[in-house]
Amino acid sequence: MALKMYQNMVTLYQMDKILYDSQRQGRISFYLTNTGEEAAQIGSTAGLNDTDLIYGQYRETGSLLYRGFPLENFMHQCYGNAKDIGGGKQMPIHYGSSEHHFVTISSTLATQLPQAVGSAYAFKREKNGRIVLAYFGEGAASEGDAHGAMNMASTLKCPVIFFCRNNGYAISTPTTEQYGGDGIAGKAIGYGIHVIRVDGNDLIAVYNATKAARQIAMENEPVLIEAMTYRLGHHSTSDDSTTYRSNEEVNIWQQNDNPIARFRTVLQNKGWWNDEEDMAYRQKVQKEIMKAFLYAEKIPKPNILSMFDDVYKEMPKNLQEQRDELAEHLKNYGKYYPMKDFEGT
Amino acid sequence: MATTGYVIKSLINLIKIPSIRYASGITFVPSQADPSHGEISRMNLCQAINNAIDIAMGSDSSTCLFGEDVAFGGVFRCTIGLQAKYGKDRVFNTPICEQGIAGFGIGLAVCGSTAIAEIQFADYIFPAFDQIVNEAAKYRYRSGNLFNCGKLTIRATWGAVGHGGLYHSQSPEAYFTHTPGLKVVVPRGPIQAKGLLLSCIRNENPCIFFEPKLLYRAAVEDVPIGDYETELEQAEVVKEGKDITVVSWGTQLHVALDAAKVVEEEIGVSCEVIDLRTILPWDIDTVAKSVQKTGHLIITHEAPITSGFAAEISTKVQERCFFHLEAPISRVCGWDTPFPHIFEPFYLPTKWRIIEAIKKLIDFQH
Repeated sequence: MALKMYQNMVTLYQMDKILYDSQRQGRISFYLTNTGEEAAQIGSTAGLNDTDLIYGQYRETGSLLYRGFPLENFMHQCYGNAKDIGGGKQMPIHYGSSEHHFVTISSTLATQLPQAVGSAYAFKREKNGRIVLAYFGEGAASEGDAHGAMNMASTLKCPVIFFCRNNGYAISTPTTEQYGGDGIAGKAIGYGIHVIRVDGNDLIAVYNATKAARQIAMENEPVLIEAMTYRLGHHSTSDDSTTYRSNEEVNIWQQNDNPIARFRTVLQNKGWWNDEEDMAYRQKVQKEIMKAFLYAEKIPKPNILSMFDDVYKEMPKNLQEQRDELAEHLKNYGKYYPMKDFEGT
Repeated sequence: MATTGYVIKSLINLIKIPSIRYASGITFVPSQADPSHGEISRMNLCQAINNAIDIAMGSDSSTCLFGEDVAFGGVFRCTIGLQAKYGKDRVFNTPICEQGIAGFGIGLAVCGSTAIAEIQFADYIFPAFDQIVNEAAKYRYRSGNLFNCGKLTIRATWGAVGHGGLYHSQSPEAYFTHTPGLKVVVPRGPIQAKGLLLSCIRNENPCIFFEPKLLYRAAVEDVPIGDYETELEQAEVVKEGKDITVVSWGTQLHVALDAAKVVEEEIGVSCEVIDLRTILPWDIDTVAKSVQKTGHLIITHEAPITSGFAAEISTKVQERCFFHLEAPISRVCGWDTPFPHIFEPFYLPTKWRIIEAIKKLIDFQH
């Protein structure tokens, strides 16, 4: 399990590098790396049962990776191709998988928090032994939904863990401009919920805290975990973080408090891993990622008319008419559209 | 966002004592129940809603009912007796937080539970706008049908009440009809309210169900006591006519019927009155068929005129019935102001304004 967690952190780091570069080359439209927060994501997911439901914000790719979401599926989603299980509807990195109990990501910050509470309430009534964990950043914690969710989880006694990744920045906004109190953990007492602050770059600390929180949540007592970490990468591919923070600051965290390097030291001290194995693993996983990446790139985009699917469970008449209208239009004007990239209509 | 007990009490009293209302009075026109639905009982709109929720909870043990003050029976008494019958884990109060209520309901529905969320007044649904528009409406679409919140229904009291002022009178349906993925439903009386609410609760899409609060006690009908559903997305021709089509929904449907009666008696103009019932997705076929017959269309709603749902109906009918229209389509709606307190009688699209509009349409010269 220790090795699995480590290998997943490395895989995540490599996947981030490849996909980040591919965005720079214009091959995908958008990307958002997880660099520096690998331990916070993977350590916490490892502390759960595999059937516990996870709601994420968007910087929790490691969590889905740990649950076994295939590499190809990440790539298919980023390309929005015909094999994307999300149907190609959302921007890259908005992953989801019912099979892996990971609710589809949406861009709207903190909206997942009261939803996680509602799902936890459903589990409590079903007495199915499952809990819910909801990830969010320290910036999202300023949204009204975060307040509503923690208050409801407390009053309605729901088996839920709120997992905050406090990485110091919300895009360009430092935490000093985000809150005046004692971080996110400081809020929990006011809501009457259990709380712990952990070193988010210490995989073992994150794992232990989550495992203990899960025990408490099982008693229908909500728990807040604040994992202190640092966002090593840019906020996203649409952001240049050098305009609001210094390279020195980034380098200090990169060199002195890197979660992957820290856990590797633990493994090597235990004699469970060595430099050769590390090198071999990195090369192997890089090949696998590249293979999945190149495969996904070749898959055509979904059928154009599938754009009208899943608005409702059934397709109402007005949508059927609009779908037919587009099909008719493309018959006449198709040459002005990127038809060849998409599966036939 | 919560309303004080004083305001609620005065609103309830207001419905009991129509004589002190500043609003133009409405005459409720009862409907006949479908005899095939069996045994009937006298119910007002509140009781019909209560009865629908009771049946829904009895037939599906995953169903939860929650919101502000629903546990003791609700500020309009729509949920009375339900906590005693189904338990505190199925009928419960939430903290005062509309965005939390909507988000919580979505979460329940995502896990397959049936969620009936109450927003105390439609005027206070806006804090939940993000959860409804960005989340509930888009859940199935954005996930490629991996996840959905189809089992969510949001109920909210709706429409003018006599002296509700700015924040106890609003009709916000048009804000939601601009959102693909939602169903928006407004009933005009107890029989319909029960059938439509049961359909919304059991429908596999997130539904917003607006309850005309002026009718909670004023509207009484013989409602079938059994379990029945009324089909969504279907308009109903409430009164047949040949000269003019009048389309409306909710409380205003009764104002339209009243106006139709007056013009029929006074000047012999025959109006066909259509209750839209489902505002999104709406039943263009029934409306267009009627306009092709009458050649005239009036749409009337309480909400402000600019970008109100009448604008959508008007445009669509104009596209579909261009050669049949003998006069411009007319909209009789609230003015483009916030909903005022003492001016309510002059703000609302009264039957006199509808009568005037009908006369103008009939006299229209090419």
